Amino acid sequence: MAEITRITRVQELVYDLKIEQVMTKPVITVTPDTRISALKEILRINRISGTPVVEGDRLVGIISIEDLIKALENGEMDARVGDKMTPNVVTVYSHDSVIEAVKRFAQYPVGRFPVVDGHGRLVGILTGGDITRGLLEAIGLKWDAEEISRYRASHIFADIVSDRTSLILCYKVQPRDFEHGGEAASKIKRALYRLGAHPAIIRRVAIAAYEAEMNLIIHTDNGGEIVAEIRPETVRLVATDDGPGIADVNLAMQPGYSTAPDWIRELGFGAGMGLLNIRRCADHFYIHSTLEVGTRLEIDFNIPGGALAGSEA
Amino acid sequence: MKLDDMARRLSLQVVTPPPDPQREVVGGYASDLLSCVMARAKAGYIWVTLQSHPNVVAVASLLDLAGVIITEDAPIEAGAVQKASEEGVALYSTPLTTYTVVARLAAAGVPGNDP
Repeated sequence: MAEITRITRVQELVYDLKIEQVMTKPVITVTPDTRISALKEILRINRISGTPVVEGDRLVGIISIEDLIKALENGEMDARVGDKMTPNVVTVYSHDSVIEAVKRFAQYPVGRFPVVDGHGRLVGILTGGDITRGLLEAIGLKWDAEEISRYRASHIFADIVSDRTSLILCYKVQPRDFEHGGEAASKIKRALYRLGAHPAIIRRVAIAAYEAEMNLIIHTDNGGEIVAEIRPETVRLVATDDGPGIADVNLAMQPGYSTAPDWIRELGFGAGMGLLNIRRCADHFYIHSTLEVGTRLEIDFNIPGGALAGSEA
Repeated sequence: MKLDDMARRLSLQVVTPPPDPQREVVGGYASDLLSCVMARAKAGYIWVTLQSHPNVVAVASLLDLAGVIITEDAPIEAGAVQKASEEGVALYSTPLTTYTVVARLAAAGVPGNDP
């Protein structure tokens, strides 16, 4: 599992990283009038194996150490760079993803691409080494950021010793408060992320919490409460309200059955899928409702291997 | 296809820009019923809908969708726009119908989530 996540992260980065984030800048350049003898010194002093050729701020070609060697062999050290360079350079755009450059390296037998901005101005140069270094740095940074944000939270369970430790989060939900609908679910989701829960578990809990929260907003007289109890090996959501209660729970569990009024349905709620969605996401689901008394919904999720215990970190 | 390419190809109006215009759109889902979206849409999906109230943003954010395309120039509530920019949810608007948008997304190779 961990292996798969890691590969995906690198792939993600190749798409996420922009060429401008990994390219080398500023660029050492020469002009078409530079002599080959001067080019030799520029390459030697800067320890580089090629350089773009510019005229004003326009890119007109590229010259590499191979061109220099050919000129040396032919005794043409006084020749102009403009006569020995490769014109019609293939470039990459600074705002493109690194993946575009990777594709281009596979397509053309060259070691470097000049990088231009949207106006065709030369802003940097990109080699395979730049990409490797940029990716390694980004992986390191991302990994660090994730580790740091998870560290403090995820060690709660490992650092505090008891026979049974749980973290209890309570959220009040107001009736008909569509404006804040989903906020409790969103906060529970964030908490689980910080605790280091697996994304698949987070998704299931978030969906169930959202549906439970919207039920309180849509259907209850006075709103209600969502309590998330998080333990290293389980998450339990409990949603309670004090009415009106569900007349027939079995009917409410039928797909498409809803008692939501028309104005709420027009907003896209009341699809009659809420409780079903919750049951689908849960490992264990319990609902008890009494008319004019209220409803209690208990939703349990198992965390495989007690992954929140902090042992994996 | 990336969000940026999608917006260009379908001439969508950007209501709130995506935090990452280069994010890959890995799939698509169309419905105006929020619970159905909850059940079927996944992280990185584009959601096509006529709904335009703030809870659309809540659903998109919870599911970590790539973005939401609101069709038929449905007026978008100010609260939804504000919430979308706060939560980093990309909202697009178009005069096209949901049917047409979906057809174009499908033609561009964006898959659906069918069992």
